[in-house]
Amino acid sequence: MTPLTQINAEITTHPAGDLLTSEEVSLARRELRRKKLIALALVIPLLIFLFFTFVAPIGTMLYRSVYNPTVAELIPQTLSSLESWDGQGMPDKAVMSQMAADMKRLANLRKSGKLAESINRYLPGTSSVIKSTARKLRRKDDQKIISQGAEFLLAANDKWSQPEIWQALIKAGKVYTDGYFLTALDLERNDAGDIQQRTSTQIYIKLYAKTLRMALIITFMCLLLGYPLAYYLANAPSKTANMLMILVLLPFWTSLLVRTTAWIAMLQTNGVINSLLTSLHVISSPLEMLYTEFSTIIAMTHILLPFMILPLYSVMKGIDPSLMRAAMSMGAKPPSAFISVYFPNTLPGLSAGALLVFIISVGYYITPALVGGTDGQMISNIIAFHMQQSNNWGLAAALGSLLLVLILTLYWVYDRFVGASNIKLG
Amino acid sequence: MTADNASHYLRFDGVKKSYDQKSLVVKDFNLDIAKGEFLTLLGPSGSGKTTVLMMMAGFESVTSGDILLDGHPVTRTAPYKRNIGMVFQNYALFPHMSIAENLAYPLKVRKMAKAEITERVYKYLKLIELDQFGGRTPAQLSGGQRQRVALARALIFKPSLVLMDEPLGALDKKLREQMQLEITRLHKKLGFTVIYVTHDQSEALTMSDRIAVFEDGVVQQCASPEELYEQPANSFVADFIGENNLLPGTVIETVKGIAKVKMLTGDEITARCADCGEGNSECVVSVRPEKVFIVPGDHHYENKITVKFTNCLYVGDFIRYFFELPDGTEVVAKFLNDHVAPKLSEGDKASLYIRTKDCFAFKVK
Ligand SMILES: Nc1ncnc2c1ncn2[C@@H]1O[C@H](COP(=O)(O)OP(=O)(O)OP(=O)(O)O)[C@@H](O)[C@H]1O
Ligand SMILES: [Mg+2]
Repeated sequence: MTPLTQINAEITTHPAGDLLTSEEVSLARRELRRKKLIALALVIPLLIFLFFTFVAPIGTMLYRSVYNPTVAELIPQTLSSLESWDGQGMPDKAVMSQMAADMKRLANLRKSGKLAESINRYLPGTSSVIKSTARKLRRKDDQKIISQGAEFLLAANDKWSQPEIWQALIKAGKVYTDGYFLTALDLERNDAGDIQQRTSTQIYIKLYAKTLRMALIITFMCLLLGYPLAYYLANAPSKTANMLMILVLLPFWTSLLVRTTAWIAMLQTNGVINSLLTSLHVISSPLEMLYTEFSTIIAMTHILLPFMILPLYSVMKGIDPSLMRAAMSMGAKPPSAFISVYFPNTLPGLSAGALLVFIISVGYYITPALVGGTDGQMISNIIAFHMQQSNNWGLAAALGSLLLVLILTLYWVYDRFVGASNIKLG
Repeated sequence: MTADNASHYLRFDGVKKSYDQKSLVVKDFNLDIAKGEFLTLLGPSGSGKTTVLMMMAGFESVTSGDILLDGHPVTRTAPYKRNIGMVFQNYALFPHMSIAENLAYPLKVRKMAKAEITERVYKYLKLIELDQFGGRTPAQLSGGQRQRVALARALIFKPSLVLMDEPLGALDKKLREQMQLEITRLHKKLGFTVIYVTHDQSEALTMSDRIAVFEDGVVQQCASPEELYEQPANSFVADFIGENNLLPGTVIETVKGIAKVKMLTGDEITARCADCGEGNSECVVSVRPEKVFIVPGDHHYENKITVKFTNCLYVGDFIRYFFELPDGTEVVAKFLNDHVAPKLSEGDKASLYIRTKDCFAFKVK
């Protein structure tokens, strides 16, 4: 009950003599409003911070994955004149001349490269066509381009006589596009405009699957290593437990980069493990461990282990030790008492830890980038690639949005079957 | 089973326990418990009561000595093979199971047939008057209801021995009294043997057949509530059970269990000697406040002490009078609030009358 309804309830339930006068009611209301304002003022800085660091970036990312204004801004007139074209055969001469005029303008503004790059995503091989044509058009007279632009284009490159390049222009010219999402899902539109599996390379779905598989393996490894340790910690005398807890938390105090690089030193061809095994004559030639999926999984398990141990530990610490004793006094052997009584009570911590590790590892970037090589790359590395190297922010945004959707879906499934209220972080 | 076996159903034989390999927490614990008996371990905090229970249940090892159940040593038997029901202070109900599942647990462990389990669980739910609540989880029950479930769960597999470690410690006074009755009722009805731990003496006095008063790892006295109250074996028991005046004095001589004691007031009195020393040793004389009289009635009182009145307190149907010995020791007397109740003012000299059989002389420790 909010304080206000409480006041109302008091008004209605009290005998007439206890009724508040209207003045008192308004005073009480004002007091309540003042409290609410103060509460709001206290959280406003956080809300602003959250907006700029969380809501706004994610919103921008989602928007970018469907918003593609580059081409539309570069050649607006060509695009509007292309609207009259039915998509069959070749467009009108006037349209082609308009394109020539736009390209000359872009060439002089030194923006033809940007156009070439954008169109190339839709029709590979077009980049050089556009760049060279633009170069040739730069010296042509404006008047002549208006009358003979189409001829100039055809003369510059015979690709201009094929409808595909014009279709590509239309596709690239759409301000709002589902193209990035289709690409991210290994789909494409065929000439008829229907969605189909991409005929060329298919990498993203496989990468998503691999990312999920690796995250699952990492979660499972963390569980396997973390559960017994958390159990030991929770039942050890507090002096030992505190000491060991510091060791568990130690990784948080050292730089992530340092820890990851340490794994490079451990795993490389002439690294610690290989030299040790060789000198013990276990192996004759060094194992290839670095830059593989294996190294990513090992290093990430190490880095994420505390996220599994901490919730497990706090939940186990809260389990009454007399539960196990009670089970045993009732005749259960220790293993069966553990399975039927102790384990079910650790599930909140276990699911919290597993969820935490899984979600963090699905989106992990630094470790796979450093020790993963090509084999151990995860989806976030491809996203980073599109952000930094191929400059295809739209695709990066689409991949990121899909990752977000994937995680939300998994969380939803988890909530359906396990119940999010079961999570206990501390 | 012979009668002798029945009275030695459970036997602690020189049991000792040390946690740290240096000091003993339980020192030479000897006790015989008869079948069907309700025995209470009563003692101050840290006296080792829980430790004794844990050794009995098998969760703590016995450092030396033996525990014999029905004539067989159980010291080396694993806890899950001892068939002992246990009620924990904090209930220890399984939070992830419903009440019915909690009750069914020991039966399932024993691989009982499903139909039989359902029937037995229902019977015990009825017994604790919670038959509507079988589907709830422990978190949805009140403290008293949880306590009843814990009790039923310890009884449902029909153990011959039930251990209860301060089972009512977490309940408020009213619920506690209600549960005391409930436990006594079930004990009478089902006839199991109980070792019950508490540090609430009124609880111990009302429920038990016998009480073992525990202090510092040693049983000071093990007797029926009445005997414990009327004939404490030493000054610790006298002080611990009920209210007592402990008056310092010196033993002059002891003849046939009756000690002649010289009090600080100069009065010479006679007292029953429980463990008072020989002649000329310091002692305390313990007297219960309700056994002290200021107006001699028809009885013959052997002892008289002169004291100084300080004040009195009305408690309703009786009045507590406070007196002082010359060395400042307080003497409390309890009188009925009737017309013969004396009127005294502060500083008045008064004479207190006590019978020899109500005075106990104990060695000073
Ligand atoms: N696991 C343990 N390790 C070391 N010392 C212990 C342990 N358990 C109990 N002790 C010590 O043994 C002594 C007796 O403890 P115990 O728990 O038996 O007391 P208790 O009579 O049950 O007290 P309370 O009425 O407070 O429950 C105490 O001094 C306690 O500090
Ligand atoms: Mg205890």
